[in-house]
Parts: sequence; structure tokens; C-alpha cells
Amino acid sequence: MTDTTITETAVTLTIDGQPVEVAEGSTIHAACVEAGIETPTLCWAENLTPVNVCRVCVVELEGSRALVPSCSRRAEEGMVVQTDTPRVRHSRRMVLEFLGSGVDLSQADDLHHWMKAYGADPDRYGDEDHPVERVEEPVKVQDELYIRDYSKCVLCYKCVEACGDDAQHTFAIAVAGRGFDARISTEFDVTLPDSACVYCGNCVGVCPTGALQFKTEYDLREVGEWRPEDQTVTRTVCSYCGVGCNLDLHVQDERIVKVTSPSDHSVTSGHLCIKGRFGWQYVHGE
Amino acid sequence: MTDIYLGADRATDAEAAAVDAALRSRGVDPVVRPETERLYTSGTARRRERRHFLLPALHALQNEAGWISPGGINYVAAVLDVPPAEAFGVATFYDLFRTEPPAHDGDTFHVCVDAACQIAGYDDLAASVRAAGGQVHLGPCLGQCERAPALFVQGAGGRPDHVPADDEPFELPQAGDESLRLLRRIGVADPESLESYLAHGGYRALRRAGEMGAEAVLEAVAASGLSGRGGAAFPTGVKWRAVAAETGRPKHVVANCDESEPGTFKDRIVMEQDPFAVIETMTIAGLATGAQNGWIYIRGEYPLATARLRGAIDAARAAGLLGEDAAGTGHDFDIAIWRGAGAYICGEETALFNSLEGFRGEPRNKPPFPTTHGLFGEPTAINNPETLLNVLDIILEGADDYRTRGTERSPGTKLLCLSGKVGRPGLYEVPFGTTLGDLLELAGGVAGNGELQAVLMGGAAGSFVGPDSLGLTLTLEDTREAGTTLGSGVVMAFDTSDDMTDVVVRIAEFFRNESCGQCVPCRVGAVRQHETLVQMQRRGSLSPARRTLIDEMAEVMVDASICGLGHTAASAVRSALDLGLIASAPSR
Ligand SMILES: Cc1cc2nc3c(=O)[nH]c(=O)nc-3n(C[C@H](O)[C@H](O)[C@H](O)COP(=O)(O)O)c2cc1C
Ligand code: SF4
Ligand code: SF4
Ligand code: SF4
Ligand code: FES
Ligand code: FES
Repeated sequence: MTDTTITETAVTLTIDGQPVEVAEGSTIHAACVEAGIETPTLCWAENLTPVNVCRVCVVELEGSRALVPSCSRRAEEGMVVQTDTPRVRHSRRMVLEFLGSGVDLSQADDLHHWMKAYGADPDRYGDEDHPVERVEEPVKVQDELYIRDYSKCVLCYKCVEACGDDAQHTFAIAVAGRGFDARISTEFDVTLPDSACVYCGNCVGVCPTGALQFKTEYDLREVGEWRPEDQTVTRTVCSYCGVGCNLDLHVQDERIVKVTSPSDHSVTSGHLCIKGRFGWQYVHGE
Repeated sequence: MTDIYLGADRATDAEAAAVDAALRSRGVDPVVRPETERLYTSGTARRRERRHFLLPALHALQNEAGWISPGGINYVAAVLDVPPAEAFGVATFYDLFRTEPPAHDGDTFHVCVDAACQIAGYDDLAASVRAAGGQVHLGPCLGQCERAPALFVQGAGGRPDHVPADDEPFELPQAGDESLRLLRRIGVADPESLESYLAHGGYRALRRAGEMGAEAVLEAVAASGLSGRGGAAFPTGVKWRAVAAETGRPKHVVANCDESEPGTFKDRIVMEQDPFAVIETMTIAGLATGAQNGWIYIRGEYPLATARLRGAIDAARAAGLLGEDAAGTGHDFDIAIWRGAGAYICGEETALFNSLEGFRGEPRNKPPFPTTHGLFGEPTAINNPETLLNVLDIILEGADDYRTRGTERSPGTKLLCLSGKVGRPGLYEVPFGTTLGDLLELAGGVAGNGELQAVLMGGAAGSFVGPDSLGLTLTLEDTREAGTTLGSGVVMAFDTSDDMTDVVVRIAEFFRNESCGQCVPCRVGAVRQHETLVQMQRRGSLSPARRTLIDEMAEVMVDASICGLGHTAASAVRSALDLGLIASAPSR
């Protein structure tokens, strides 16, 4: 999102009984943030257009029959919003449960706290004689830069957006199939090297579940050596060209293990190109 | 700057020729622009210009080769400037498109497995097709429920699609009934002749509307109390006025002819037997709303309706009834036909827009609404063809006369699709306020073993009512109050020999298969609901914990899904449980 210095009209709404003032055009989610109310999100990110598909952020809006997604619904003057009613808690819990019942959320760290908070129990579906359908896909390791493990994919569309209109404009991946069989895919599932992919890694940067993972991280996890708590993050400026992208170098045991960019950085909005993202071997003299 | 990356696969000459022909017939020159030209005229602009030709191009590939090949996708991608990954994502959304080479080069025989065909023994039909060497594809309702079990033949190798039952002469059960309004030309006027339509009063309403002017037409439609017949019953006058009020951008009228709600076939019969009325009333809608672009989005399994509408459009255009200054009204209006490709969800209005525009048929979040952000993001009046047909009487006889039929809050008549165990299945027209019992009598009473077990109202998205509901008056308000719905006009009867568990499990499977997959409550909820019911069927009972689970799943689907598919996916299931049609019944 770009900053705007034009004076904006403010709207006032009520959230959980408390009046909140936000700039016109803000979302209910932004108003919740303003009011200090924590709201779970999954498909929303500050550097992407809202697709409002996961529904974990729903809130109760007075006058609306169904719950509304706070991440995309614009705040309007006089709106009365509830974020912690039994209906809201039920829907959030069920969404988390549904996700956990169908895909591997073990690395979706941001969701664990919410699953606990809402008492989500993904294991209560099916039984020994009637196993539930899950997304089971072999991990796609097709190059040395990043891997795709769609059995962890929650279909948040973030990678598609990052590869498409919201950042990269490469359109190497899209959603294919329908319903529970929908998957993120290249055309005819060709390998990444055979696709339009330019290896910017922006899809990896936005993936919330570990379904897309830098190969360095994947390899370390495979041998049980991925230790975020032992990592340091150093901010620097990419040395390849004059654009001035900020890089965050994640370092473990004195080696770079991944490169990200802050999503609120005015130049990158969190997105990089192949050089800044993957071209760091020279730092180690390789 | 973007450009399209294509892999090594190339289309065959036949595939390329089929795509070229499909594009040329829509006025598009199928040239692949040289990369240099693409680089200075932004790829994105061109992508917007041509994207909506993707669906017709994919149809051409499928029909020519029997599948959509990597080379075919690359060709379409190059001509239309669509990234191949996105074109693949679109192709894999639809049931009528294959993205794997077919095991045979023959046609595909689609056999319906939904309720009306289930109780009419679709398996026998499938077996006989197989015995004759045909490739069977079992799938959802084909909109021929009155002649169940239903069959649709999808052509390959350039052969046209075909519905064998269309070769039989058509008969309207109420033929000759003087009280018919919407159906009065059916079986009387020749659907393939403009002269015949004109001789039976055709185009008088458009001329009259031209004399009245847009404002008076809007006034009359609002005063009539006409509400949408596509399922949501939204007031048509309000919708049209909202579109009329939009200025400064191109505007559209869309006829939603996707008709895929299991049990529904009314629009098919109207389009096949009275196509000029659909064209004329769309033109009136264009005049009233100030929209110049008409679109018909018709489901891909309706070849006869498509052909008749095409014929009607061509004849009307040749006679000056479409195009510049249509019928001398001073208003420019023309109509294009886009075919769907097998996806129930594309009947949801915003999914329909995405599908027509060449994107995956995923519903959009509302607001904003179609009246301001519809097709191509522009103001759009989208209506069901039955809704449109009502406008003829409203214009010609006036709103007061219109209101003499039906009830105060549900004025007019309603088309109802009678199927299942009734004496004479078929399309009926009755005034709102008729009782369910009288309607069943009109359709020849309960057939089968003569003992009514249940009636499915409104289709898979509707609900079951029991034999104690025969006194139910069929109005919007009374059905709502009784906790059921008229929906798209489905009235499907089951006798006591029908296994309702089978029927309900199949309804759950329908939603599982038809969910677009976009939002979590419906994508996963529809699967878990179906699994829970299969478990119930195998066990022969439903534990209290599982019954609670069904309600909990229903609640999140109703509360948090994006669109009406998720909102209604548990409706029929829960009504069947409440009525004791399943779970408490002995299982086989
Ligand atoms: C899953 C789903 C499927 C639908 N299918 C159809 C359809 O096939 N035909 C139709 O007219 N409306 C259908 N609708 C309703 C449309 O969204 C829309 O309300 C309607 O076309 C508006 O026209 P009307 O006001 O004349 O009824 C469907 C809605 C949903 C949620
Ligand atoms: S690495 Fe970049 S180009 Fe490749 S799929 Fe991800 S976002 Fe698209
Ligand atoms: S791969 Fe990751 S970013 Fe892409 S849809 Fe799946 S979970 Fe979201
Ligand atoms: S409710 Fe179902 S069909 Fe509708 S948007 Fe969600 S997933 Fe798609
Ligand atoms: S975060 Fe709002 S719908 Fe996903
Ligand atoms: S055609 Fe089989 S149920 Fe409609």
C-alpha cells in the first residue's frame, strides 16, 4: 500500500462497543488493529490485494445476514461490528478445523495460537473406518532454489497474487482444478524450470504455511537443523543494482539460510528479484 | 513489462484452425502479435481486450481434439495474450473440458445422476450406452429432469453436441390452456420463425416500450412487483433502476441462462420453444437501463436452446430488431451468446461474469454489486430468462393487470418444473398462491406407488417438505415462512419406495463436486458433510455427535461462505434429517 498525504475523511464505527475512527476506505480489519483487537488472518497480507477467501477473519456486522470478512470489507460510518460473539468464534474455529483436517498445518506457525484460542479440533472428522479426504501430494523438488509441498497448501492465493498482478507480473502459477481438488499449478503441472517462473521467490516470501519453502530451509528442516531461535536477521541493501531494495539476511551458524525483504519497505513491498533473493553465495566466497 | 512465456508444445493445424474459426465468428482477427509489438503496446491492455474470448477458444479446442492439449493452450495463450498457467487454470475449472488425452476418439455420453434421474434408474441408461460402445461420463443434472433419465452427447472430432431426446416432438402438458401467460406461445408459434413470432404478437412490447420511454418502462416494472425468478427473488424494478442511474460507462444486460440447479429445466424449454421472447425482453431491458450490450450466458449442455437463440438473434438482427436503432426505438442494442462448459457455480451472477470474462468461475465478494460493478466491472442488469419474459405482459397489459394474477406480495405467475413421481412431469405455469397439492394434481397426481414420501422444493439448494405440506400455498412469503423455498421452481416428488438416503447423499455429493473451492467453509465443509453422510449410510445410523457436527458445519457454511452455493449446501440435507427422511429410516 502506498502512503498518501492527502487529508482523508474519517469514518467512525463501533467495534465491540468501542468507537473507532479510521480513514475512509480503511477495512474493518484495519479498524480492529486501530482498536487493538487482534484478528486472525490467513489470505490477507498488507502487500497484496485482498482475495477474502479463507474466511478466518470474519466478524459480525449489524444488519448483515451473514458474517463479513474484515480483511476486505470497508469500514463505513456508523457500522456496528462484533468480533468475539459465539457466531464469530464458531466460524473461526470451524475454518481452522476444516483447514487442519485437510492439509498439514505443522509449519503454519501463525495459525497455531489461533487454533488453540478457538479450540479447533481437526481430528474429530471421520474415524478409523472412514478416513477423511486430505490433500496428499509428493513434495516437488525441481531445482536448488525452492520447493513446493502442496500437502501444506491452504489455497490462500497469496503466491498466485505475488506472481501475478500484485508484484511479479510473471503469471507462472495459477489455481487449477475445482473444489477440494483445486491446486496451485503451472500449465499442465510442468516443472518450474519449464514454466514461466523467473525465480524471484516472491511466492515463497508470502506463503504462510511452509508449502513454498526455500531449498536451504527445506534441507535444514529435513535433517532437523532448522533453528529459527538461533538465527539472526541483518538488514542490508541489495548490492546488485541501483534500485535500493532492502534485504533481510537470515543467518544461522554463520551462513545465510534465507533472504526476505520487509513487506512495509517503500521500494520492495517485500518483493525481490532472483539476484537479491537467491544470489548471495558470493558472500560465503562460493 | 510483461510478456507471455510459452513452452515447446505447438497446436496441430486442425486445433489452430478450430480456434481461428471460433474467434473469427466473433469478429476477432486471430493473429499472434509479434513480440516487438507486444512490448510497446502493453500486454496487460491487450489481455483485457481479448481475455473474454478464452472460453469460446477452449470450446473450439475441446470440440476439435476431444481435449485441451498443451499445444492448444499455447496457441490460445499466444493469440489472446493469456498466460498459459491461467488458461490451464480456467480449462480445469469446467466439467466439459478435458486436459488429458482421451482414451477414445468418440463422443462423450454424459448421463445425469441427480435425484430425478437417480429414481428413474440412470444406471440402466448408462449400462445401455456402454453396451453400445459409448463412453459414459456420470455427472450432475442436465436440465432434462422431466424426461429422466437424461443424456447429453458431447461431440468430438468437430462433431456437434447433441441431445437425443431433442429429436422427439415437444409437448407442453398445459397446451391449449387459455390462462397461460408466459407459456402461451409455446407449441403455437414456430420457434424458428420470426414471422411466426410476429404473427403471435411478437415485438409489440418492444415497440410499445420505445413509445413509452425508459422511465415509464422502469416505472411499470417496479409497479408490477416483479421479482427475480433465478432463485433470489430480488425486485427487478429496483435492479433495473439502479443500472439506469449509472452513467458514463458502458452498461450490460445479461440473461443468466446457465440453469444448472438440479431439478430445473424451465429456462431450457422457454429458450428452445420461445427464443424470440428472450431476445425481445433483453432488448427491452437494454432500453430501460440504457445498456447497449446484451449477453446470453447459456450452459454448455443446451445445444438446441443455443441454436434456437442464435437463429433468433440472427433473424432479429437481419430485420433491424437488434443492432443500431433496434426496432426503431432509437436505442442501439445487440446480443452475443457465450456458452458455459459445465459448472453449476457459473449460474451465480458474479461467477458468471468471471467465467464470461475468461477467468475461473469463482464468485466475487459482494459488495460491490453487479448494478455498479458487473460484467467487466461495469454496470450490469443480470436476469433469469423467466424474469425477463414477465416484462412482455407488464408492458402490454400494464402493471395493474399483471397484479390481478398471483398474490399481493407475490404478483404474477410462476413456472414450475415438475419431476420425479408425478403423472405428467413437465413445465407448468400457475399463478402464485396455488397450493402444492393442487399443483401435484395438475401434474397428474403422485405416480410410482401413489404414496407421497416427500417433495424437494427449489432443487438441491432448496429443501424437502413432507406429505403434510400439500396445503402449502406457493408464494414467496408462504414458502419462506414454512422454512422452504420456491427457488428456481423445482417441485420434485418422491414416493415411499424411493430411498431418500441415496438421494440425500447424492445431493451432498453434488455440492462437494460443484464447490468452486475458493472459500474454506464450502471447499472443505461440503466434503466433510458428504463424508459424514456416507458414514451414516454405511452404518445405517447417525450418532448424536455426528448430527451435531452436521449442524455445526452447516452453521459455518451459512455464516462464512462467500456465495449462495455454500450458504445453501446444507439446506436440503438438514431438512431431510428434520423430517426423518433419512437416518431414522431403515437403511439398505
Ligand atoms: C450457486 C448458484 C447458482 C445459481 N444459478 C442460477 C442460474 O442457473 N440461473 C439464474 O437465473 N440464477 C442463478 N442463480 C442466481 C443468480 O445469482 C442471480 O440472482 C440471478 O441470475 C438474478 O436474476 P433474477 O433477479 O432475474 O432472478 C444462482 C445463484 C447461486 C448462488
Ligand atoms: S518464483 Fe517468482 S516467478 Fe516463480 S512462481 Fe514464484 S513468484 Fe512466480
Ligand atoms: S502455496 Fe502457500 S501461498 Fe500459495 S496458496 Fe498455498 S499456502 Fe497460499
Ligand atoms: S461458497 Fe463455495 S462456491 Fe461459493 S465462493 Fe465459496 S467455495 Fe466457491
Ligand atoms: S484473511 Fe480475511 S478472508 Fe482470509
Ligand atoms: S436431468 Fe437428471 S435430475 Fe435433472
